[in-house]
Order: sequence, then structure tokens, then C-alpha cells
Amino acid sequence: MSSNELQGYKKTLNSPYTGIKGWIDSRLPLIRMMEAEYLKFPVPKSLNYFWSFGGIAMFCLIGLILTGIFLGFHYKPSADDAFDSVERIMRDVSFGWLIRYLHANLVSFFFIATFVHIFRALYFGSYKAPRELVYIFGLTMFMLMMATAFLGYTLPWGQMSYWGATVITNLFSAIPVVGDAILTLLLGDFTVGDSAVNRFYVLHWLLAFAIVGLVVFHVITLHMTGSNNPTGTEPQSWDETVSFHPYVTIKDLNATIFFFIILAFILFYYPNILGHSDNYIKANPMVTPAHIVPEWYFLPFYAILRAIPDKLGGVIAMFSSILALGLLPWLDTSKVRSCLFRPIWRYCVLLFAVNFLVLMYVGGKPAEGLYVLISRIGTAYWFLFIFVLAPLVGFLETPRQPLTITNYLQSKKA
Amino acid sequence: MSDSKKPRRDFIKLSAMTLGGVGAASLLIPFISSMNPGKDTLALASTEIDLSPLEEGQSLTVIWRGKPVFIKHRTKSEIDSARNISLEELPDAEEDSARVQKDNWLVVLGVCTHLGCVPLGQKASDTKGDYGGWFCPCHGSHYDTSGRIRKGPAPTNLSVPPYVFLTDNRIKIG
Repeated sequence: MSSNELQGYKKTLNSPYTGIKGWIDSRLPLIRMMEAEYLKFPVPKSLNYFWSFGGIAMFCLIGLILTGIFLGFHYKPSADDAFDSVERIMRDVSFGWLIRYLHANLVSFFFIATFVHIFRALYFGSYKAPRELVYIFGLTMFMLMMATAFLGYTLPWGQMSYWGATVITNLFSAIPVVGDAILTLLLGDFTVGDSAVNRFYVLHWLLAFAIVGLVVFHVITLHMTGSNNPTGTEPQSWDETVSFHPYVTIKDLNATIFFFIILAFILFYYPNILGHSDNYIKANPMVTPAHIVPEWYFLPFYAILRAIPDKLGGVIAMFSSILALGLLPWLDTSKVRSCLFRPIWRYCVLLFAVNFLVLMYVGGKPAEGLYVLISRIGTAYWFLFIFVLAPLVGFLETPRQPLTITNYLQSKKA
Repeated sequence: MSDSKKPRRDFIKLSAMTLGGVGAASLLIPFISSMNPGKDTLALASTEIDLSPLEEGQSLTVIWRGKPVFIKHRTKSEIDSARNISLEELPDAEEDSARVQKDNWLVVLGVCTHLGCVPLGQKASDTKGDYGGWFCPCHGSHYDTSGRIRKGPAPTNLSVPPYVFLTDNRIKIG
């Protein structure tokens, strides 16, 4: 190694700070990094409130982990004790009701924030190059989120917990030949029971922290490319950016407070509105509730599962609906990112969002008659959007010339 | 390092990596195996039932391996409706006689083969579906009086657990 290279290596040890701050920073360059990435970090100055939902989701995640830790102090993961320990949290533990209702409702709001965040990515083309990895880490987190939420929902050991767990774990039995053996291996028993609730509790924790780990990757990849913005064009100069702090921090804080006011309203006035009353009945392996519905945030995917009249086919369709979204950066052939300048794709994306809500609605209805037909049309559009419209519309439409950030802001003022 | 020594170095590297890989993979076996049901769970694997209180037309639900088992004392008409059907009409073709040991006793797992719900039809007040057997409320599978799937998303018939008649009125499941 030449002396020049060695010099370059050592240079990183020279901190810009002095005193204790400098002493720490020259050994652990975290302070430098935080200043560069969170205080001075340049962000396009045209961001709208859609860009606050990533931060909101992060606050939800932090809230879930904090409330989860305090619930964990009282919860007992066994088939005999789980339901009663949750009731004890609700009745006897000081402020237990608040912590549990917060945990349960924060999940729903975490999903609301994430759905809006993903819609933002689709509408303004944040998934397109060079942000493909940001998007893929995001979708990976979304899938882990669903797994974690499912595992968490089984823990109170009510009727919906038990039968939801039975139905979802039985998806594995759709795997040809080895399906049943895998299911027994995963559950540690022939049915969902004591062994399952114990390991679901461990996995619920493990996956929650796996999400935290992926947040780090999500943010690192984002900070390599910088944020997208409504125009989909990159900032041309420093004039088109603002520093992360105080401009974005204060705006995101504002949005977060508004968001959490809505959460507080649900939390204090309708804490059970997003749940199912059957989950206050202790799990009974001999009686299936008349109508099993998953949590509301799973309904669109549940509708896709039920739209396919074949067991294995339904399972494949459900999982591939999310995996296929990960191909969008390569299937979308347009050179323009933002839907503001894409006359046809814009309506495809909006229809995709409406379709998502329609699937959510039919997913909560019995699988019969018209509902099945609607879920099939919705499922067809989901895949049509990704595999046909994304490549095709890029060729067919003539996008408008995207505005620069400065021109966009001027046009909005005018 | 001369070129002639290179293949030898490669060989050592490759063997070491292969052996290490096999070792690491072997280490997985006890961990994966530990996730299977333990000996205590497997020890609960059989159940004995007295059938004498069951009148013709009545059903009983018992627990075996944590799962419900449906025992149905079938009437003459129920047996006939299960037999008077051509196999071509069945999604999962199986003779009724192959599913029972004694014609009037049907023993099946009360677990829908779709996604594991417990079908309705055991109680007199329950809906029994379009074919007089069981109806799964979760995703709408209809089973006939032999526990065979007739309509709905379930891929196979209700499975028959291993059982033996100890006496005329006593069976052992498992």
C-alpha cells in the first residue's frame, strides 16, 4: 500500500468538530454522518405532503416497538394463558388498556401510512431508475409488515386469532407433496396450538426488528439518489433544494401530528372499530366462526386469494400480486417519471388505487355471487396493470415535457 | 507463486469450501428437526370412542391430535345417496365403500381440505350444504354424506383418519 493511500484512509479519522464531540466523532463518525444525512441533506423544494408518509410510517413503527415492549412484559405466549393474559392487560394492568389499544390501532395506521406511501411511489414514479432498490427494500418491508401483523393478530388467542392463523398457515398445505409435512414442521403440532403461539410470539418480535434493519437499507439507498419529487425531474441546482432540517423535519412533524390526532380520535372513541368482536371470544378449535375475515389491511390480498377457484392457484396469485409489483421499475417503459406529465398512465395508476379499495371491499364480503365476479375483475386488472399496461402505455402515450422544479413551483403559483 | 502451483491451491480451496458447506448444512438438521412435534405431542396421537350412545342419524365430534373428527351414524338414505352417484360427478373421485369400514359409520377429519376450517353439519340445526353432508362457512365448500367434496374451493375429500373397530361399538382413532 502506498503512503498516499494510507493518508487517504487516515483522513476519515479527522473530525470537523472539537472537544468531546470531536473526540467521539473522530472515533465513531456518527455525528458527522447524521449532520450530513439529516441536517444539511438537500431535498427538492417541491415536495408535497405525500412525501410525509414515509416519516409518519417510521413514527408508527417506533410506537409499535415501544408499546410492544411494554405489552411483552405482561403477555404470556401459551394456548392456556394467552387470552387471559391479554384480558388481564386490559383490566388489571395499570394503563394496560391504553398500551394495548395503541398497539392494535397503530398497526392500522401504519398500514394506512404505508398504502399512501406506496401510492405516492407509483403516482410520481419514485420506483423508476435510479431508485429501484429503494422501492424494492420498501416492498420487502411491506411484506415483512404483513407477516408481522398476521403473527401479532394471532397472539390474543381469540376466535379470529385462532381461525385466521389456521386459514393462513393452511396456505402452506397448498404446496404439492410436502405441504402437510411443512405445515406440521412450522406449527410444531398437527394443528395451530400451544406450540404455534409460542413460536409466533418469537417471530413477531424477530420480524419487527428485521423491519427496523430494512429501514436502514431503505434510507441508505434513498440518500444515495436523493428524494424524488412531484415533477419527477432531478434538482438542477442548489437553488431547487432545501436542507432536510428545518424544512422537511418541521413539515413532516406537522403532518405526523395531524395523522396522530386522527389516531387519537379512533383510539379514545372507537378503539375496536377496526377489529372484530369475535376476537373477544377465547379460541375454540372445535367451532369455526360463521364468517372469518382477516384484518382490514389484508382484505385486498384476501380477495385475490379467493378470486381464484383453485387452492394452489389462489395462493400463488396472492403472493405474486406483491412480488409482481417489484418488477414495475423494469416493466414500465416510459422515460417520464411523474404522472403529472403522463396523460394515460396517470389514469391507470388512479384506477389501480380505486381497484385496490374495491378489492378491499369485496375481500370483506362472503365469497359468493357478484362479489366473486368483482374480485376476479379486480385481480385481472391488478396483473394487467403490471404486466400489460406498464410496458404498453410507455410506448403508446406521448408524455408532456416535464417541468423543472422551479418552473413547476412558478406554474403552481400562477 | 508459479502457475503450476495454482491448480493445487484451487483444489485445496474448493475441497475446504465444499467440506465447510456440507458441515454447515448438517448443522441445520437438528435445528430444523427441533421444530417438529415433540414426543409429548406425538404421544397424544390416539383416541378411543364409545359409539353406543349414537342413534342412527346422529353425529359426534371428538378430538384427535387437536383436530375435530366427525363420526356419523348414517341412515339408510344417507348411505344410498352416497352410493347412487357416478364417480365422474366427483371432483376427487372415490368410492363410498373405500371410505368406510362399516357402511353405517362414517369417520372423517372435520377439517376442510381448503384452508382448515371446521365445516358445519354436525348439529341437527346446522346447515348441511347442498349435498346433505357438511358445509364449510369459510369459503363455501359443500361435502356429501360420504364427506366427499362436491362443490367449492376445497381440492380433496375430507380425509379419513386411521381407525380400527375394537368391538362393534368401540373404535380407536390413530
